[in-house]
Amino acid sequence: MEGFTHLIPFAAGHEVIRQGRRRLTLIRMTPDLIYDQLIGMGCADKLVFSWVGNPGVGSLHRFRDAYENGWPAPIAIEEHSHAAMANAYEAGATGLPFAVFRGYLGVDLPKVNPNIKRIACPFTGEELAGVPAIRPDVAVIHALRADRAGNVLLEGIVGVQKEIVLAAKRSIVTVEEIVDDFGARSANAVILPSWTVGAIVCVPGGAHPSYAQGYYKRDNAYYKAWDAISRDRDAFLAWIKTNVLGRGPDAFATYAAAEE
Amino acid sequence: MSYNPTEMMTVAAARTLRDSDICFVGIGMPSAACNLARLTHAPGITLIYESGTIATKPDVLPLSIGDGELCDTALTTVSVPEMFRYWLQGERFTVGFLRGAQIDRFANLNTTVVGSYDKPKTRLPGGGGAPEVSCACGEIYIIMRQSPRSFVQRLDFVTSFGHGEGGDHRARLALRNKGPTRLITDLAVYEPDPVTKEMTVTSVHPGVSADAIRANTGSPVRFAAHAAETPPPTEHELSVLRALHARTARAHGKAA
Repeated sequence: MEGFTHLIPFAAGHEVIRQGRRRLTLIRMTPDLIYDQLIGMGCADKLVFSWVGNPGVGSLHRFRDAYENGWPAPIAIEEHSHAAMANAYEAGATGLPFAVFRGYLGVDLPKVNPNIKRIACPFTGEELAGVPAIRPDVAVIHALRADRAGNVLLEGIVGVQKEIVLAAKRSIVTVEEIVDDFGARSANAVILPSWTVGAIVCVPGGAHPSYAQGYYKRDNAYYKAWDAISRDRDAFLAWIKTNVLGRGPDAFATYAAAEE
Repeated sequence: MSYNPTEMMTVAAARTLRDSDICFVGIGMPSAACNLARLTHAPGITLIYESGTIATKPDVLPLSIGDGELCDTALTTVSVPEMFRYWLQGERFTVGFLRGAQIDRFANLNTTVVGSYDKPKTRLPGGGGAPEVSCACGEIYIIMRQSPRSFVQRLDFVTSFGHGEGGDHRARLALRNKGPTRLITDLAVYEPDPVTKEMTVTSVHPGVSADAIRANTGSPVRFAAHAAETPPPTEHELSVLRALHARTARAHGKAA
């Protein structure tokens, strides 16, 4: 599940929790609250990431409880830098086996991550870093809208949404709305054609507390409040019971087009 | 006007930036310093965040590196792979502005773990953009509060490469950029020694004693032979900074 602050698929993530999915390997450059919730509910046994936290607020307490204390279950990690993961997703979208870039010099991460290797340029001999391409089983993203033909439109901070859909074997896209056609748009609009996308579901408000450009803003107060809710295991479980287990995707509609 | 050490630190950091800089902005204190520079002496500065927002001009400080206003006020927004490849890897930044949880005397940074990697005392957020920012931006400025816990003899983990073990370590790794050239703290400004690359105090903030600097560092401190006194914040700098923080507090308290 990806979303670089923008278009984070919270509704989809909550459905994964409700369906009681287990033993997932969760991949994301910037795991935030939705991954804290999935990990805290025992859905994952591995996390692949490059920056894990609640931006501007602090740690992800449920992730740290799993990693440091094994609660509710131990979690393995594979840690990279942003450049490595961005390159790895692009390689995945390209169908190549690995990504090459200049980086990881003089730092400790290669000592603890066997998926970082040195490779020499076959033409110049320059030593570069190599990481395997990321080819997820499933990519889950939230996008702005789809048209009736099933094409998907993204705009704003598009992050790595397009790359992960193209890199994955299957994809699930939740959207704010489905329109008859996209209408007037930039010739360079970021659109995933219908034949690259798996399933599309209309879930208005489905990125909340993250945001959807042109629909609703980021709920910074919610992100700040998460710090206290997630520090305590019982408070976390009570919050999940009320706000995730006791609701459905339609609960997100209240956040749709609230303030734009 | 009276001011606090954080304000002195932010103002001193902002002053390092030039109108002509193309700046990679890290979240938190770097973001405050960069936007203060844009709102005061460097109105033409180009600020870029790793979320892909190029030449952004936010009215409030973003809580995250991908807040909507960064995109709304940007010249253009590119994808994250493009940001890390064409823009960062392509060495189009004159300066990268970073911070860390731990720093050593050669300005290497740790944002990964306190303790051992496999069983950490504290798991930190990780490197994010910083590892490659350290190697690809023209030079690096670092802003951090000083304490014996953060300014250490030896890092628990090297997340971002500064000057390594000092001397010509960067050159030996064939790194082409200058690395950290300024470290701004709430007590002083440091620059690397031209030969050893050890971070050396070149300016002490007003009212701060050498002993206070030593007390807040977990390793011996080097002072330049003629360390200057940092000029205090001006009324203009303080009023712009405080207004920025006030607007930010109002905006971030609001729910959607």
